[in-house]
Amino acid sequence: MTHAPTIPKRRNAAWVKTSLGVLLTAVMLFPVYWMLNVSFTRDQDMRKSPPDLFPTHGTFEGYRAVLDEQLPYLGTSLVIGLGTVVLTVALAAPAGYALAKLRPRGGGVLGFLLLVAQMVPGIIMAMGFYAIYLQLGLLQSVPGLIVADSTLAVPFAVLIFTAFMSGIPGELIQAAQMDGARALRTFWSIVLPMSRNSVVTVSLFAFLWSWSDFVFASTLANGGAHEPITLGIYHYIGNNNQQWNAIMATAVVASLPATVILVLAQRYVAAGVTAGAVKD
Amino acid sequence: MTHTTQSPERRLVPDRNGAATAAPPLARTRPRRRPRPRSQLGVPPGEAWGRAAWAFLAPVTLYLALFYAYPLYRNLDLSLRDYTVRSFVQGDAPFTGLANYRTVFDDPTFAPALVHTVVFTVVCLFFQYALGLALAVFFNQNFRLSATLRALFLVPWLLPLIVSASTWSWMLNSDSGIVNSTLHSLGIAPVNWLTSPSWSLTSVIIANIWIGVPFNLVVLYSGLQSIPESLYEAASLDGASAWRRFWSITFPLLRPVSAITLLLGLVYTLKVFDIIWIMTKGGPADSSTTFATWSYQLGFGNLLPAFGPGAAVGNLLVAAALVFGLIYLKVQRKQALS
Repeated sequence: MTHAPTIPKRRNAAWVKTSLGVLLTAVMLFPVYWMLNVSFTRDQDMRKSPPDLFPTHGTFEGYRAVLDEQLPYLGTSLVIGLGTVVLTVALAAPAGYALAKLRPRGGGVLGFLLLVAQMVPGIIMAMGFYAIYLQLGLLQSVPGLIVADSTLAVPFAVLIFTAFMSGIPGELIQAAQMDGARALRTFWSIVLPMSRNSVVTVSLFAFLWSWSDFVFASTLANGGAHEPITLGIYHYIGNNNQQWNAIMATAVVASLPATVILVLAQRYVAAGVTAGAVKD
Repeated sequence: MTHTTQSPERRLVPDRNGAATAAPPLARTRPRRRPRPRSQLGVPPGEAWGRAAWAFLAPVTLYLALFYAYPLYRNLDLSLRDYTVRSFVQGDAPFTGLANYRTVFDDPTFAPALVHTVVFTVVCLFFQYALGLALAVFFNQNFRLSATLRALFLVPWLLPLIVSASTWSWMLNSDSGIVNSTLHSLGIAPVNWLTSPSWSLTSVIIANIWIGVPFNLVVLYSGLQSIPESLYEAASLDGASAWRRFWSITFPLLRPVSAITLLLGLVYTLKVFDIIWIMTKGGPADSSTTFATWSYQLGFGNLLPAFGPGAAVGNLLVAAALVFGLIYLKVQRKQALS
């Protein structure tokens, strides 16, 4: 903001700012570009010095390797992600409703515990889960990983639902003398449909986090028949150090959900997250 | 610029790994909302009411007990017993009190791990915050394309950590990495980013700063949005330079948001594990080991797992995270009240 600028000068300054912004974004996103570039690079060009800045001799070898070797991992991740979404919404939406609208005694303590729960490092949770799953025989199982991954999202989801649902006008809910059955019906036919945005938001984040999870995957699912894509990449790095185009191609494919969400659903994310933002 | 009536503080919704979801609007949507009365129901809660409410809360309460409290309890139990692989399965390990903790304190890795954890956390927080703030101030000027570019800045934060970590690994590769090749063209000798003990910690710090900047940008940007434009106009009329306006208006008024951002960042940086493990496995020779990776190393990284000491290290980390976490909640609550 220049001091009392003339109009052409201001237009000029705006242009400079936009260029600077584009430049900064380009620097920030360079690693993402590099991932794409390497994913198209031929094996024989991989160790070239200096490396090619553009995939001039582009190849799809890396992506072919993804199709040949990584599809089961991607499928597992998809199943686990969807499972986590269902579990998270099923647990968190009723809880958010109760905390926002029914406000029982002791609800505040529960909300506080949820906040604290988010601060426990994942690696500690993983060790506890490992001990429990070992006894229950749930190691390397899909349901086990779904439950573990849902711990990443449930507290956040309850917070989002609580914040969003407390914005639903009380008259709509007509809560006087509500008994259990009526509360359930109100929740199902009024509150839940009205909270569509927050359901989408919670689902997006729950999916993204479970899709990206590495800690639980590497402790609870390692070596099993159903390993998620994060482990697929991890094994790739460990096993064939040479095929970086395949590794980066897998990384690109693993980034697709995040990209899709950013492009298509950014408004949903913004809307829901804003609802979670402002306290009344 | 419409000035909304919302209070300057906003709740941050935390999440995993060093980052956190910012409460505030990510993009164009500007919140337009009136202050709401505290209770919208105005109905005195009865007994049946409370029962119905707890019926809705029962699943999540049970869930917290089974999948948060119980794993934590098991972890505590692990750290207080002498576990071997056999007794781990059979569950009859002898109780040894604080012996595991003593083992951990006496371990030659303890001091380096502590130092690395502190350095990693402090350096990451400083740069994430400083860069995030600078970018937030820059994007707050609302030039053409600013909303789109700001949204693009979120990409590093949304990517799976394994993707970011492996991309950085390849970029920092000693022989074929783009970083060393750029240094070479500038006449600087190549650096063994990931394989030299004196550089490995720096490398993981760089990668983690890259991941954390978007979160800081988004939260601080939302904080900037709530500073009245009129203050800047007044200062401008008084002839204050941009630099001066930043230090006497922006920075002081942003203090509440900054405090929350930093505290939340602290809690989440303490537990960063994926990035370090994937890039360096804490090595070479423990040169980038933090408590998080050390705990994993002890419990899962060796052929012969040391579950007891691993859990003990983990619990030290939990304790630290909880202390700062509670400070965060206290600060947040105080700001909400004022």
